[in-house]
Amino acid sequence: MSMRDVSPNGTPRIGVYICHCGTNIAGTVDVHALREYAARLPHVVVARDYKYMCSDPGQALIREDIRAHNLTRIVVASCSPLLHEHTFRKATAEGGLNPFYFQMVNIREHASWVHEDKEAATEKAKDLIRAAVFRVTLHRPLERRQVPIHPDVLVVGGGIAGIHAALTLANAGKHVYLVEREPTIGGHMAKFDKTFPTLDCAACILTPKMTAVKAHPNITLWTYSEVVRVDGYVGNYKVTVKRKPRYVKEDVCVGCLECIEACVYKDARFPDEFNLGLGKRKPIYIPFPQATPQVVLIDPETCIEFKSGRCKKTCVEACGERRAIDFNQKEEIKEIQVGTIILATGFKTFDPRRIPYYGYGVYPNVYTALEVERLVNSAGPTGGEVVLRNGRKPESVAIIHCVGSRDENTNRYCSRVCCMYAIKLAHLIKERTGAEVYNFYIDIRAPGKAFEEFYNRVQEEGVHFIRGKVADIYPSGAEGDQLVVQVEDTLLGKVRKIPVDMVVLAVGLEPQPDAEEVRRMFNISCSSEGFFLERHPKLAPVNTFTDGIFLAGACQGPKDIPDTVAQAGAAAAEALALIDAGYVELEPNTAYVVEEACSGCKTCIPLCPYNAISFLEEKKKATINEVLCKGCGACVAACPSASIKQNLFEDEMIFAEIEGVLAHA
Amino acid sequence: MPEEAFGHQRGSTSGAGSDSWQPRIVAFFCNWCTYTAADLAGTSRMKYAPNVRVIRVMCSGRVDPQFVLDAFARGADGVLIGGCHPGDCHYMEGNYKCLRRFLLLRRVMKELGIEEERLRLEWISASEGEKVRAVINEMTEVIRRLGPLHREVPAEREAVEVAAS
Repeated sequence: MSMRDVSPNGTPRIGVYICHCGTNIAGTVDVHALREYAARLPHVVVARDYKYMCSDPGQALIREDIRAHNLTRIVVASCSPLLHEHTFRKATAEGGLNPFYFQMVNIREHASWVHEDKEAATEKAKDLIRAAVFRVTLHRPLERRQVPIHPDVLVVGGGIAGIHAALTLANAGKHVYLVEREPTIGGHMAKFDKTFPTLDCAACILTPKMTAVKAHPNITLWTYSEVVRVDGYVGNYKVTVKRKPRYVKEDVCVGCLECIEACVYKDARFPDEFNLGLGKRKPIYIPFPQATPQVVLIDPETCIEFKSGRCKKTCVEACGERRAIDFNQKEEIKEIQVGTIILATGFKTFDPRRIPYYGYGVYPNVYTALEVERLVNSAGPTGGEVVLRNGRKPESVAIIHCVGSRDENTNRYCSRVCCMYAIKLAHLIKERTGAEVYNFYIDIRAPGKAFEEFYNRVQEEGVHFIRGKVADIYPSGAEGDQLVVQVEDTLLGKVRKIPVDMVVLAVGLEPQPDAEEVRRMFNISCSSEGFFLERHPKLAPVNTFTDGIFLAGACQGPKDIPDTVAQAGAAAAEALALIDAGYVELEPNTAYVVEEACSGCKTCIPLCPYNAISFLEEKKKATINEVLCKGCGACVAACPSASIKQNLFEDEMIFAEIEGVLAHA
Repeated sequence: MPEEAFGHQRGSTSGAGSDSWQPRIVAFFCNWCTYTAADLAGTSRMKYAPNVRVIRVMCSGRVDPQFVLDAFARGADGVLIGGCHPGDCHYMEGNYKCLRRFLLLRRVMKELGIEEERLRLEWISASEGEKVRAVINEMTEVIRRLGPLHREVPAEREAVEVAAS
């Protein structure tokens, strides 16, 4: 403890600093009045206002005043403590004080930004500053706890985000568990044909990375697996993973695919999930040729052996000596220890059935963009031929933008990728079929590198762009297999009815259907649209509010492949920073029992969700394990003899704040 | 939403009839959900009544009923507690503990003659900045209608009560 923690006569000496934050605070709150007011509060020795307290000179003010005026407590009234508390605690420490002799007052997010009446906002700021001054006199010196970081990392989700994060970490020498729920990694990107705006083939750039994952000595790849439970805290997570049975031994199968050939079903006849039902598969199958791992699986819903137990099992025969097929395979539960977790669980596409007048699921020639991705893909169900369900090549195609995006009735947000993938599909469809392609858009959003140029190029290729929101799609033609797209062309100012053979819905991106459960399991937050919430939209875009858990890719919000990869790299770097530091410092706001005051009533013990409180039988007192305590304070509030205290949130401090906000000046 | 000056005249708590009186509300917001939501309301520049003073706690489960009673005793006209939605507590179940204490506390308040509406518990997640705005405005209006909390027993009445006992 520093000599200066208390002044010679035992009374605290407080410095109060009012931040202008440019005009963010000073524009609404009278910062000079606050300074004058603060100077008159008890024990305040120095009160200053300054343009930007978080700047170097601002922090220097604190450091210098501590030395020059023998300050023992610091109060900064500026923005949210969630933003700059650490900055000012550090400045306090650099001035020679314990960093916890500091209290922050939020007069920006909680005052200047939310009130228009200057006088009212200033009065509120005064109340909040007074509360902090009352409170900070009671602060005690505290030490941060250090906990070691387990070097292994869990990456959840094997799309491009999870793949890139896992490879980055593995290449840095860290052991990664990559858990993917589907039978193969690759995610949505594996379904795409070409990628905008460069038109490089998705498989050509993705599959080498998939293979690298499988081959990497530092990556444990668990596909067809799901995380079912997460315990612990930063540095020390215990994760339970359920491995679903594939009915094929993963370490024995060599991916020769002879079993598929040999299946008693001569023809594939079940809708194939990877091709969104546009293609067919057998009960024993591999999702797509480059699936990783190259291991087949059996669908027990359609396999005759599972349904009747009387199949000839020609697949087993074909497998022969390898004996990879195991109809008795059971679900397996694995428990792993990791220090950090990266969530890369991706997105789902908007279900256009929610907009009935677009006729998806009613008119066979209305497709989603993802379905068309499979049609244009040479490895897809039509071998890359863009043909309608009746086998005919379309002569005119409508692509409708913003389906399930930028709409009060569905999702208000822009899905960011649809404009560009719609333009890409327009190019590919025109290239493959020579059809007239009409894009119906509200606005074209092409803000990425080389995006606008690509848009211009596709326009020059003769693709039509019609500005207007499609109001209706209805069948016409002799056989009713043509569709008429009705739209108000807002540039011409009139309603147009355009007959087409095929309609492609550029569906938006939505959170995974189980994002809510995943969020709860990992104890993180969601934004209002249901995507995972980052810690700060600008400065901590891959962090979550739970330390040691990071986000990558579209689970955090719609984004394209370059942004996803960049974010995955950032998430990996955040995890690496923790791992290589070796330990993390935790907030010291844990609870402890004042033994003399404890009556041994045991009220607190069942309240603790972390089993951090135990009972010392010989002493008849409760005791709190500081390592397990996470500092919620539920036991503190419940203790009938007030013998449990919470560091930084002691009863007396909170009472002082109550007194402070309510005291008359 | 009225944005009348709060505070400079509010030394007077002479009664609901007085024009100068403004509701004073103390709020206890949990660090992870509701405090963050209030920050979001700020970054989104939402405007709401300036009558609430927020005290940050790590969890709504930390809110000791004594904090609430102390706030009333010291002149608060209303107390607002904000926590994570059920099932979303950063500390797993602190908000449930808060809910139980809240329900008991409302009964105690009734016995003490304090209107139940003066204590409010709201689940506000980190993304619900709009809810912070709505709840604060609504509660300010409710308290405004109720008028100031008369916590002091008038001298004569006290004397009568003492004599009667």
